[in-house]
Amino acid sequence: MIMGIGEIIFFIVGAVAIASAFGVILHPHPVYSALFLVVALFQIAVLFILLDAEMVAFLQVLVYAGAIMVLFLFVIMLLNLGRDPEAAPASWKLVTLGLGGVLGAELGWFFLRRAVPPAAIGAIDPAYGSVTALARTLFVDHALSFEITSILLLVAMVGAIVLGRRGVD
Amino acid sequence: MVPVQYYLALAGALFAIGTVGVALRRNVIVMFMSIELMLNAANLAFVALARALHSMDGQVIVFFVMTVAAAEAAVGLAIILASFRNRMTLDAAQLSSLKW
Repeated sequence: MIMGIGEIIFFIVGAVAIASAFGVILHPHPVYSALFLVVALFQIAVLFILLDAEMVAFLQVLVYAGAIMVLFLFVIMLLNLGRDPEAAPASWKLVTLGLGGVLGAELGWFFLRRAVPPAAIGAIDPAYGSVTALARTLFVDHALSFEITSILLLVAMVGAIVLGRRGVD
Repeated sequence: MVPVQYYLALAGALFAIGTVGVALRRNVIVMFMSIELMLNAANLAFVALARALHSMDGQVIVFFVMTVAAAEAAVGLAIILASFRNRMTLDAAQLSSLKW
């Protein structure tokens, strides 16, 4: 099997993504977990570019790695968190890691052996994944969902302000 | 080109790691970050399948998932802040007053 540049990038990026995902869940300090999560989100953005989804990759970096992670870091620093007070007991750690391994093996087996769609990702027309194509699908085919999303964001904003207000009963 | 199954398997692995994180950690913020990881794994599967099926719908769904994740992060972190003000703890094992 000859490895093209796409395969090499995929395996490097995938390995870094899995390693930093383990960093998120295993590092005892929440700030390091958040920074590992930023690394993982960037790797997923690179995978989006490999999959010809440039616009989604930009949104991933701007919205996830930018806005959402800043919110996480802001809350961690506002609450002045240190390390976790006590870790979970070792037996529980073993059980969760074992069950997670079973889940991962199941998902991997299912996707590698039983996945329905065509195996190879073939050539595609150059307009795929462009801003124009995404905007046409979003604002023409899914216009109603888009409007509902704006209501969701309004409700979330009001809810966050009410919950975050000081002196609420 | 990389077959779409590899992307799906990677998404499955990331999802499983996120699941382990929710069960393993007791800090609610880290549990929250694990949920974001699981959402991203689902996004990766959506984009990979959209590419394999030559359809833009998967990418639009990823757009909506990101919107919902942003709303979830804002409300969830506000809830964490409010509960920290009342209880002075982020340990999920101690936030058990709803337990009968």
